[in-house]
Amino acid sequence: MSATTTLEGVATLEEHADAPGGAAQAPGGDAVEASGGSPEAPKSPPVAKRRPRRVRALTLDDWLSLGGSVLASFALLYVGYLHLLDLSGTVGFLVCWYFVFLAVYGVVVAIANPRHIVVERLVAATLYLVAALVIFALASTVVYTFVEGWPAFRHLNFFTHDMAGVSTSAPLSQGGILHAIVGTLIMVGIAVVVAVPLGIGTAVYMTEVRGPGSHLIRTVVEAMTALSDILAGLFVYALLVVGFGLGKTGLAAAIAIAVTMLPLVARASEVALRIVPGSLRQASEALGATHWKTTWKVVLPSARAGLVTAGILAIARGIGETAVVLVTTGATSFFNANPVSEPMTSLPLFIFTAYQTHQPEALKRGFGAASVLLAMVLLLFVVARWIVRDKSGGERSRLLIVQRLFVRNVDDGETEQ
Amino acid sequence: MAVEEAVMEPGSVGRHAQGQRIPVPRASSVGPGPAPGAARLEAVDVSAWFGDTQVLDDVSLSVPPASVTALIGPSGCGKSTFLRILNRMHESVLGAKLAGEVLLDGDDIYAPGHRLTDVRRQIGMVFQKPNPFPAMSIADNVAAGLALTSTKVSKADRAELVESNLIRAGLWDEVKDRLSRPGAALSGGQQQRLCIARALAVQPKVLLMDEPCSALDPTSTRRIEDTIAELRSQVTIVIVTHNMQQAARVSEQAAFFLAEQGTPGAIVESGPTDDIFNNPRDPRTADYVHGRFG
Amino acid sequence: MTIDLLPPIGSGRQAVPRKLTSVRERSDRVFHGAAGAIGMVVLAVTAGIGLYLGYQAIPTLRHYGLSFFTQTQWLPELDRIGIAAVLVGTAEVALVAMVVSFPLALGLALFVSDYAPKWTKSWLVSAVDLMAAVPSIVYGLWGFFLLQPHAILVARWLSQYLGWIPIFQVGTDPNAAVWQQSRYTSSVFIAGLAVAMMTIPLATAVMRAVFDQAPIGEREAAMALGGTRFGVARTVVLPFGKGGIIGGTMLALGRALGETAAVLIIISPEYIIKPRILEAGTQTVSALIAGNFGNATKSQLTALLAAGFVLFVITLAVNSAAAVIIRRSRSGLATEA
Repeated sequence: MSATTTLEGVATLEEHADAPGGAAQAPGGDAVEASGGSPEAPKSPPVAKRRPRRVRALTLDDWLSLGGSVLASFALLYVGYLHLLDLSGTVGFLVCWYFVFLAVYGVVVAIANPRHIVVERLVAATLYLVAALVIFALASTVVYTFVEGWPAFRHLNFFTHDMAGVSTSAPLSQGGILHAIVGTLIMVGIAVVVAVPLGIGTAVYMTEVRGPGSHLIRTVVEAMTALSDILAGLFVYALLVVGFGLGKTGLAAAIAIAVTMLPLVARASEVALRIVPGSLRQASEALGATHWKTTWKVVLPSARAGLVTAGILAIARGIGETAVVLVTTGATSFFNANPVSEPMTSLPLFIFTAYQTHQPEALKRGFGAASVLLAMVLLLFVVARWIVRDKSGGERSRLLIVQRLFVRNVDDGETEQ
Repeated sequence: MAVEEAVMEPGSVGRHAQGQRIPVPRASSVGPGPAPGAARLEAVDVSAWFGDTQVLDDVSLSVPPASVTALIGPSGCGKSTFLRILNRMHESVLGAKLAGEVLLDGDDIYAPGHRLTDVRRQIGMVFQKPNPFPAMSIADNVAAGLALTSTKVSKADRAELVESNLIRAGLWDEVKDRLSRPGAALSGGQQQRLCIARALAVQPKVLLMDEPCSALDPTSTRRIEDTIAELRSQVTIVIVTHNMQQAARVSEQAAFFLAEQGTPGAIVESGPTDDIFNNPRDPRTADYVHGRFG
Repeated sequence: MTIDLLPPIGSGRQAVPRKLTSVRERSDRVFHGAAGAIGMVVLAVTAGIGLYLGYQAIPTLRHYGLSFFTQTQWLPELDRIGIAAVLVGTAEVALVAMVVSFPLALGLALFVSDYAPKWTKSWLVSAVDLMAAVPSIVYGLWGFFLLQPHAILVARWLSQYLGWIPIFQVGTDPNAAVWQQSRYTSSVFIAGLAVAMMTIPLATAVMRAVFDQAPIGEREAAMALGGTRFGVARTVVLPFGKGGIIGGTMLALGRALGETAAVLIIISPEYIIKPRILEAGTQTVSALIAGNFGNATKSQLTALLAAGFVLFVITLAVNSAAAVIIRRSRSGLATEA
């Protein structure tokens, strides 16, 4: 997985490396003051400050062409599709609408514009639609899950009871998923404690230490991202559960989850660490820092955004593991907080077994559990975004941080600006 | 004083901040289709921001047609930003804003109704670091502008176009036997001349050059300066340079930019190159030109 | 007349580089040792899994020989097992997922990197990452309960009008007034669509990361020549991102081959080699394993392990090829610091 930080054309601003990024283009202009708070005598008699002007890439003609084409194609299709060709189905209508719209829009744009503009408009329209389609699919998944899961949420016992002694077809006022929630938290917690340090440590070894065998490790780790989750589960089952006779426990599932997480964390962390510019490492070493100090105090904090993202994605993946848990521990209906004995169920497994019963009440509980699962993932994402929120400061300020970390006795007058 | 944002009606008389009158020609000269010949470029009260930080303050400059104008000054005072405003590249950066007008033969390129791609075709740019398209051959690189603006040319015309522009850029003799080799397989100076040929192929009226020789060796620099001298009559050229000797050699007009600490950049003094270098009016110009800072 | 030559620069002796040694600080030695140990542990564990699977697969392969790959049925009690049908089903589901997701992922990646309004970009990147993080079982539920009723209408349309293509045939009459809905459910097509929801974000993330790396100098050159956004994409971004496009697609393919939960929910197991992707019934390797391990005896377990090992080898080959392609390409070199 890639880190989610992006560089927005900062490379072109050689003179303004610290320009605050992410400021939205404000039409009509904000109050314009030169930044840098210290008051200085103005170099010329005060002139009324200019306001930025709105610069548009698209003209009124462009918007009208677009709107008109949308309406025209819809009208055309409405007549043709329903009445002339006597077809039916929403999906078909939408697909045909897209093609008719392209044709109409293409013709309209071609009236006043050269060919490369026509191509550009059609491509842009298509890409906007693709993005809308994918976002819509994602949104429908999230919304549908929450809508279907809402009935279960209205009962408090859903969160506080387990299913011991409650039949699967019992109404929602009985039973709950407490055991599944706890199971998920325990399993994923153990897996994270195992996989994340190992993964980041491996990444550090591959990028910072670069010792012997790091190339081999990288190849093997990349290969292991190919490991389907069911195979990791099968491995743990065959080796630990059956082979070593440890039985189906939560710990077995946690280990299997850790195995699937590990290559992801290692790979994503490696990418995050590689992106840290070499100049930071060199600056730190030039100040006399040991390799360990450089890594711990400079490189890792700089890569924090990518590392956190890697960790969050791995956790989200671990939370959603179904097949692994299915294979290494069993679905249970009773509460079990002990990972080393007795099977332990998790939310995804609970959902799956609920689905298998094909009973409406059980399905409602299943959707409720799915909603809880989805809410967990969403929460993780919000946390991740908050942690990596953009703190302004380009490379220059990062180098200053390196200086301040290591050089304590320096007199401010001597530090180079 | 409010900024005039309205498009100037052809045939009317406009005003810029100092109250001077500037006539506006009738026909719009910013539009699709080749219109050869160097053009007059005029910046009127241009200010620029990145986010909330103002980097240029009320810069006005008049660039006469078929001439070379140099923009000089220490680093970090907005010369490149100003240059990028001249061909509407500034707004491609997130958070970039501007005020003022840029008139190409009297027509404000920022007025609504002007297509970005047309403006950029008319006002070309050569960058500091040579950037030929590596996936294309030398010939394809020269013709890349045509492909990008879907200008149809016959095969014969295309070959002739490639040749003539490579000649204009002073590169033809060196590459005429290997036109199908990749564009990146050239030395730095050759790459930059290829970029110049590529920029010329779309027949711009103005060519902007952002420190085109700063990454090159002295010989290549010399070749490019010769090229600039030859192109002068065909294209209006604005060149940003750190090298004062280069500015003195190459340009007829120069503008000195300065940004004092904490304030946005502005033009301190502009005028004929000889005056700027030998007889500057402002003491800061004299200091810079004599190498006392920057 | 002799010319007075200037003395040559340099001492005239042959310079020999000196050996550089430095004493590593203690903290660094500990650091390197610890990191190395971690690396070795991870190497052992990850390699160990592959080796273990292979080791366990041997008795099965020896017992059944080549027929393991040609037998379509999975009837352990009759000692007749083979993964031919299962492999074909896996390939079909993965292919449907890729055919659907490739254009969408490419379009979305280009949209996010070049077309989306700049302030929306980080939200879109997060949305794509979120899409990748949604558990596959949730997509399974969505696919089965929400998507399927609509998708079978599309399937019916396809078999109605494109039914002359063998893969779109279904064994019932699509033109009947009351058409058999159940023949269109639980098919490769529907499973493929659900898997596509998981492959799209993966491919998009890789492609978008690569597109963002396209050298800004070339982008600006294309823009300065008067290129439109698509012109810039065509001239600079897409050629640069070729490696990422192919690599991202192959990584997504690897994911599609191994997907378990969603497939398990949607399909109904059927063990024949069938090119008809719209028709009900298919089976994939991962669904086979997940569905059958519970009742498996020791020998059946090794058979499942053998099937898993085959899947592992295939996915490994795909992912390794993807990694090589990405690394060798221009975009990979750019990130290789």
